[in-house]
Amino acid sequence: MKVISANKIRNIVSQLCIQANLVLRQDVLRGLKSATLKETNKKAKKILEAIIQNAGIAKREKLAICQDTGMPVVFLEVGQDVKIIGDLKKAVHQGVELGYKKGYLRNSVIGDPLSRRSPKYSPAVIHTDIVKGNKLKITVLPKGFGCENKTQLKMFNPTAQLTEIKKFIIDAAKNAGPGACPPFVVGVGIGGTADYAMFLAKKALLRKFGVRSSKFGVLEKEILKEINRLNIGPMGLGGKTTALAVNIETYPTHIAGLPAAVNISCHALRSATAVL
Amino acid sequence: MKKIKVPLTESDIENLKVGDEVLLTGTIYTARDQAHKRLAEAIKQGKKLPIDLKGTVIYYCGPTKTPKGKVIGSCGPTTSSRMDAFTPALLKAGLKGMIGKGNRSQEARAAIKKYKAVYFLTFAGCGALLSRYIKEAKPVAYQDLGPEEILKLEVENFPLIVGIDARGNDIYKKASASIKQI
Repeated sequence: MKVISANKIRNIVSQLCIQANLVLRQDVLRGLKSATLKETNKKAKKILEAIIQNAGIAKREKLAICQDTGMPVVFLEVGQDVKIIGDLKKAVHQGVELGYKKGYLRNSVIGDPLSRRSPKYSPAVIHTDIVKGNKLKITVLPKGFGCENKTQLKMFNPTAQLTEIKKFIIDAAKNAGPGACPPFVVGVGIGGTADYAMFLAKKALLRKFGVRSSKFGVLEKEILKEINRLNIGPMGLGGKTTALAVNIETYPTHIAGLPAAVNISCHALRSATAVL
Repeated sequence: MKKIKVPLTESDIENLKVGDEVLLTGTIYTARDQAHKRLAEAIKQGKKLPIDLKGTVIYYCGPTKTPKGKVIGSCGPTTSSRMDAFTPALLKAGLKGMIGKGNRSQEARAAIKKYKAVYFLTFAGCGALLSRYIKEAKPVAYQDLGPEEILKLEVENFPLIVGIDARGNDIYKKASASIKQI
């Protein structure tokens, strides 16, 4: 049994919010750099260079990579042998509040989605999973809404062909277009229920660059190649860098259905993780 | 690379062509979703606007908080299409330029052509980089909207690309023609 205090969780969440928003993930940066080398369209190359330069300025000058510091999404993997002293959810929300304030991030969260008044830093959206062991893993994913607005869900017939699902994913990238800040990372969730497919699509964004699904790696590569043939490119002005990765996560589903969800991240794919 | 100043003159606008790279200097205003809703409502009701739209440029942007010692926080463009419904009214009231990211509706494009205005793109998702071109930022209206308040910005050589010119030529119409159908 491991004992972790809510105070400690609050402080770690606060740090993760700042780190995620100010320091671009090394693997994402590497992905951008290798895409820049391969890009042949002059305009696209210039935009990719600006994106890389922006990440450098953000890190050095402690500025947010993007002004849309997102709706903070927090993934908690709680080991079943962990005992938390205090209020876990409150600690997460307070950590977000603290980190966003300290990091001079943006208060983009409104309490009432309909009246839309008084933007604040929190609450976060929290996804909690209970796992084996005595560790607590916390990941903060600040999700910008330029790309979140382009999310797609389709409930396919169970007899659907793989080609239909591929087309759905490629079309989701096409429809996301210039406004969602390409080059994208395309998160795909297939299976489960509608909500679970959505969750998987979001979780897929957390996967490290270069890591392919053991079962669907070939499919991921094929779809990525097709998306990069769309000629949308950075800022939608053409080029072969429309997506940096396609990550597919799956889960068992019902005999009567086949949910598929696409959650797109802009090029500023930001996340930070700590394990306690 | 063309250098232009705000307020935009008729000949400035006339000379801008889709795809041109432009450096903009002068006073511009931030306004995004809720500010647009309020401005359009005020125009409809014939009320006085908190900013003079004649010849001015609006930047679709809601920056982060300003860190100590900085002029502004991270301040890149937001998705322009969400402002499309309000754009014709603002253009009719004298707005001449807009800065944002992504494509516009057919109605917005037609209004840009009708009122001889221009839509600019700037580096999307590069808010830290773009903060370097902003020399001054002052709140002017709708402070209750938080990051959606209207700010008056003094910009110097702010980097832009002409997205839609006064003739209605659209960079994305060209681009979408080249998007491959699969």
